[in-house]
Amino acid sequence: MNYVPKNLVQNIDRRSFVVGTATLGGGLALGLRIPFGPDIVRAADGSPEVNAWVVIRPDDTVVVRIARSEMGQGSLTGLAQLVAEELECDWSKVTTEYPTPGQNLARKRVWGDMSTGGSRGIRTSQQYVREGGAAAREMLIQAAANEWKVPASECSAANSVITHKPSGRTTTFGRVAEAAAKLEPPKDIKLKDPKDWKIAGKGVKRLDTLDKLTGKQVYGIDLKMPGMLIATIKDCPVPTGTVKSFDAAKVAGMPGVKKVVQVGNSGVAVIADSYWHAHKAIEALPIVWDPGAAGKVSSATIAQFLEGGLDAEQAFVGNKAGDAKADLGAATRKIEAVYSFPYQNHATMEPMNATALYTADKCEVWGPTQNAEAALAAVAEESGLPVGKCDVHKVLCGGGFGRRGRVDYVRQAVLIAKQMPGTPVKLMWSREEDMTHCAYHPVTQCKLTAGVDADGHVTGFHMRISGQSIAASLAPERMDKSGMDPIVFQGLTPNSPEGNFGYQIPNLLIDHAMRNPHIVAGFWRGVNVNHNAIYTECFIDEVAHELGQDPLAFRLKMLKPKHAAVLKAVGDRVGWGTPAPQGVYRGLAQYMGHGSYVAACAEVSVTAQGALTMHRIVAAIDPGVAVNPAQIERQMSGSFVYGLTALLYGECTVKDGAIEQTNFDTYQMLRLHEMPKVESIIMPSGGFWGGVGEPTISVAAPAVLNAIFAATGKRIRSIPLMHQGIRTA
Amino acid sequence: MPTLIINGQSHNVEVEPDTPLLWVLRDTLGMTGTKYGCGIAQCGACTVHVNGVATRSCSVPLSAVAGAQITTIEGLAANGVLHKVQKAWLDNDVPQCGYCQSGMIMAVAELLQTTPKPTDADIDSAITNICRCGTYQQVRTAIHAAASA
Repeated sequence: MNYVPKNLVQNIDRRSFVVGTATLGGGLALGLRIPFGPDIVRAADGSPEVNAWVVIRPDDTVVVRIARSEMGQGSLTGLAQLVAEELECDWSKVTTEYPTPGQNLARKRVWGDMSTGGSRGIRTSQQYVREGGAAAREMLIQAAANEWKVPASECSAANSVITHKPSGRTTTFGRVAEAAAKLEPPKDIKLKDPKDWKIAGKGVKRLDTLDKLTGKQVYGIDLKMPGMLIATIKDCPVPTGTVKSFDAAKVAGMPGVKKVVQVGNSGVAVIADSYWHAHKAIEALPIVWDPGAAGKVSSATIAQFLEGGLDAEQAFVGNKAGDAKADLGAATRKIEAVYSFPYQNHATMEPMNATALYTADKCEVWGPTQNAEAALAAVAEESGLPVGKCDVHKVLCGGGFGRRGRVDYVRQAVLIAKQMPGTPVKLMWSREEDMTHCAYHPVTQCKLTAGVDADGHVTGFHMRISGQSIAASLAPERMDKSGMDPIVFQGLTPNSPEGNFGYQIPNLLIDHAMRNPHIVAGFWRGVNVNHNAIYTECFIDEVAHELGQDPLAFRLKMLKPKHAAVLKAVGDRVGWGTPAPQGVYRGLAQYMGHGSYVAACAEVSVTAQGALTMHRIVAAIDPGVAVNPAQIERQMSGSFVYGLTALLYGECTVKDGAIEQTNFDTYQMLRLHEMPKVESIIMPSGGFWGGVGEPTISVAAPAVLNAIFAATGKRIRSIPLMHQGIRTA
Repeated sequence: MPTLIINGQSHNVEVEPDTPLLWVLRDTLGMTGTKYGCGIAQCGACTVHVNGVATRSCSVPLSAVAGAQITTIEGLAANGVLHKVQKAWLDNDVPQCGYCQSGMIMAVAELLQTTPKPTDADIDSAITNICRCGTYQQVRTAIHAAASA
């Protein structure tokens, strides 16, 4: 179910724009009107909106609007910190609220891009959310000054209190919010220097914790509505396949079953009065699939297909300097290796789900999504209603990691609800459906060749990646004009602020031969840096060892300054160059991804039987600006769990065109006892805004692989480790 | 009609006896704090206490727990006061997405019942719940904090 977003700014019927979510989705209601003339825009409870980002209630509660999706990464809190910092409000009075994509559309996208991925939640909206906070502060100060008939320049705001310095008079934000909401926004807004921050830049606690500890937090899967029914689905296990037939009569009499429906051309759903009844019925339902073109594809045929790209003439060039092919042809010494990386499933703890209510003139969806606007477009398209009559109400996601940027489950929910008009239907995927219908981390292989001169300097470097393009699967609008996918070069490009290749090598060629199997590829935490960093950092380590050079000194000789700085920092912390404890071995890696510079050193031991203990990881990040160091630390340690899960266990294999792993028994996760201690070094150097949710995942696997080599002398070039005779102790 | 005693309250539930406790809690009683993660007792998101023992409710049929004392995440805080595990989780800002944390907290609450001062090794062997956000480091810190509370 690939989807290309359409132009959303169409078919808006402003007069009929009504928001009615008050009883559902945890009170995310906003009663918005389009702000024409002097009208005040009000939140659902009647409180005035100072501007789109800030609502202030009479009791001084500050409601910060959050456009991006919270899925655990903490950007809801970080974004609120940035608004609160400029607003000069009392942090203890801050709460948050999600506007809907329908409201965003009706207000000319006043909240900007709502999609949440690529560790962009904060860094690509920091400027306008801070300006929103600053503008609101100026309007509140002006309102107080007007009331006191004094110049605004004599007044200041701090902690939600406005003070007129000469007279010492004070008022609160709550008392002047009504008047402030009627003022014109200021033209010139000056933002604070991060060094003067009091709320942002601090490790404040998350705003969304308490309800997660008591069972009160409502996730999409927990939604309840009057008269709601539950659906569960089986979509063809082969992505090219369709439904040939199903025998609804066989399950029609089972307890609680209301209806059996076909969903598009590839799915069948059972609608029942409970999940358990729906589940039992769909398990009993005879379905005949037509697997389509890919019915005979296996992991072995995919590997063979990719192998053909390693030496193919045609490839897309991502980075080039000098003449690598000529240099390698003439090199005194050549070092070569071939690596590979398998499919991975996001496996969010909360399986995919969405609740839809369809009537002849309205269609609404409630659920977890990382891309509310794409979800809205999908609702409009599948319901057949104008987009102005559709909306999507976000709830906190039980994990995302890129999976919930895809809207396949939203489409299904609408297609099912359409067959039960007037009845809210909650579509819930089983874990088995979730495991077998992901948009998987793409599969790639890589051949690397280094040419070394007589003095031991790397003079030529060719990195040929062969494999799958995510853009081709999910985001064709991100392909370039020649049909190539520039995203494949994450962390490998010459000068991208998103992630440039750290090594300065005179003759360099990095290219990609696109090979797209039928399995859907998607954005998986870290995206293409996961394999790109293993290939680069393990191979550089190989070259250092082949040449008998110290892996740290060897890298530093070639690295650009900011890449080098984070690597040096981890080297200093672990005491690189001094002996590790008896039986403990170290491995290094550095990379740049999602706008940040990262490095790690892993300390491991491996027994003769292949029992691995990961004792400690020291990791460093330079994200330019650190908005919440405590949350960055949590993202860093969490990213190691995600990356090391892939390293140890992660592999989705293909048989007869379908993914074989169906649950956590066959797709294992790293657990608490296996987790190394992660020590984080957060070293923002200023001047740029990098991401923090993903970057460090890039160095997790290569640092450990390089440490395993140091311990065993064995180079592992294909993961997961469980197939390489290595398991955790 | 089987009777369930949940968080000290009796409920008569009219569903098939093979219905897993998880779905009785979620679908029949509307108590959604206990989460579905895998349905095969692998992930621990559905952990509740059955007669004080941490149990993966997705794999226990209703017929096996009739009359037993069941505690869910909704019943862990007593009289509005957070349990010491919940308190430690709050103080240490443990959850990320939070979806696995109901089960994680219930598993830890039982651990501290049987082993009030667990060592790292005790924690390693007792806590096998899956957290995909990777909060394990904060979970370990918070367990030690709860144990010394």
